[in-house]
Amino acid sequence: MKIKNFLYSQKAAPYVFVLPFILSFCFFWIYPLFSTITMSFQDIGPAITEWVGIKNYQKLLKDPTFLTAILNSAEYMLLTLVLLIPFPMLFAVLMDSRLVKAKGFWKACLYVPALTSVVISGTLFRLMFSEYKTGQMNVITAALGLGTFKWLKAKATGLAALVIVCCWRWTGVNMLYFISGLKSIDTALYESAEIDGASSWQKFKYITIPLIKPTTIYVLTISIYAGLAMFMESYMLWAGPDSPNNIGLTIVGYLYKRGITKNDLGYGSAIGIVLLVVALFINIIQLIFNGTFKKEER
Amino acid sequence: MAKTDSSSKMGMSAKNKILSVFATGWFAILSFIIIFPLIAGLIASFRPGTELIRRGLSVDFDFSTMTLNNYIYLFSGNADSQKYFMWFKNSLILTFVSVVGTLILCYIVAYGLTMYEYPLKNFLFFLVIATMMVPFEILILPLYKEMITLKLIDTTAGVVLPGICGASTIFFFRQYMTGLPKELLDAGRIDGATEYGICFKIMLPITKPAFAAMSILCAMNAWNNVLWPMLVYRSADKFTLPIGLNTLLTPYGNNYDVLIAGSMFGIIPVFIVFLCFQRYFIEGMTAGAVKG
Repeated sequence: MKIKNFLYSQKAAPYVFVLPFILSFCFFWIYPLFSTITMSFQDIGPAITEWVGIKNYQKLLKDPTFLTAILNSAEYMLLTLVLLIPFPMLFAVLMDSRLVKAKGFWKACLYVPALTSVVISGTLFRLMFSEYKTGQMNVITAALGLGTFKWLKAKATGLAALVIVCCWRWTGVNMLYFISGLKSIDTALYESAEIDGASSWQKFKYITIPLIKPTTIYVLTISIYAGLAMFMESYMLWAGPDSPNNIGLTIVGYLYKRGITKNDLGYGSAIGIVLLVVALFINIIQLIFNGTFKKEER
Repeated sequence: MAKTDSSSKMGMSAKNKILSVFATGWFAILSFIIIFPLIAGLIASFRPGTELIRRGLSVDFDFSTMTLNNYIYLFSGNADSQKYFMWFKNSLILTFVSVVGTLILCYIVAYGLTMYEYPLKNFLFFLVIATMMVPFEILILPLYKEMITLKLIDTTAGVVLPGICGASTIFFFRQYMTGLPKELLDAGRIDGATEYGICFKIMLPITKPAFAAMSILCAMNAWNNVLWPMLVYRSADKFTLPIGLNTLLTPYGNNYDVLIAGSMFGIIPVFIVFLCFQRYFIEGMTAGAVKG
């Protein structure tokens, strides 16, 4: 009875409510995180597990395949940042203006890629990037006079294919993020700027960009993570984790290959830890640079 | 004076009309480009799958070569068809289980993080945010190993549990609930309701809009999720739709009839839900972005 009374008290109730999170946090976050850090210092065989210190990391430094994977992921991330932040932002400003008719319809159309599984969209793009001249992308490039490509067999075109899939999937979503950010800007600011005779460009530069910054930082943050951790898109385009000369190999792809396919959990974990450190590092730099940690000055 | 004024206004509106045509036209073009791959897939699904292997995918509006054969085959009830609808059923079950589980748990966790004042509250919320700082992909190896130890490999529990207290879902519920009047809690207590009664009988009904937005987003994620389910499910009779379709993507292309028709048919459920609840999709998705 006493226990029941205690559990029903206002003091204990919040802890009961947050218990599922605490359990899930311990079992499915802290434990695996520590376990992967531990494993990265081990050589895990089928029978025996051995402590090897930083040997996995030393091996990683000399592993040319890992370097390829890091470079591929970094190039992919940078390209997606360049394409998937400024353009969706401009589209959002345009969509938010009074000029566009039938907004709801266009927004719905642009959101559609986010509804499809990466398996389905990946399959469609894999077939469109076919090396035959009848594949859709070759039909387009031939019509533009660029000739045809063996898209998924060369480094540059393979990267282009990945970036195209990414842009196809996220342009609309990022645009919607920016639209929701624009909605939070006080329209009175634009009106008073208009009275002062500001041009559209000035309004965009001095009102929209600074005030939409929280959204930009959010999109930037998730794009850095998603870019560095990209795997399934490449997995679908090349129908598996292997691609010719590793042109489509990403960091997580390499983690998958070593950890799951080759069952080398120690080495795979080391790859994961490097990815985590790189992602956190880039993000913290980005957040400092954007002044997120500065105290509000007012 | 008055004349020039009105003519300049006329000029402005004519200019605006032209701009409006251009702006709308731009989004029409962009939408067409975005929808295009799906149109190409839809058209291809009316042609023999061997074409895809021989020619790749491209739009070709020759209606004379289009047949319903792929879809007839898909619904024929033969071994391939049975397999496809088993994946479909598995996906529905997985989606249902994970949506119900996620929503209930995330709701009560967010409730505990919003409605009370206690020492660990801010620290716990910090932990919720911290889990977002680690990409899930990094945890697949240790989680995979953990699932084997816990004997959860090849089970739906193994697929659902690691993501059941999703930080973004908790975050959304919390954001919604901070706007709710806390006086309702005291009113409930005066009426003799227990803390849990207040949570489920008073606060839950007024949180419905948040449930609507989150259920749709969670359902879409669960329906389309592939990496983790692919690792956990081992037996072919447990495969979900994305995993199953992925197994058809072989270099021989002997199953492309089912692959292309099945892919197109697999999009339909999400599309129907999207068309009915469009507003909630966008609401749920953009919730985190404004505050940052």
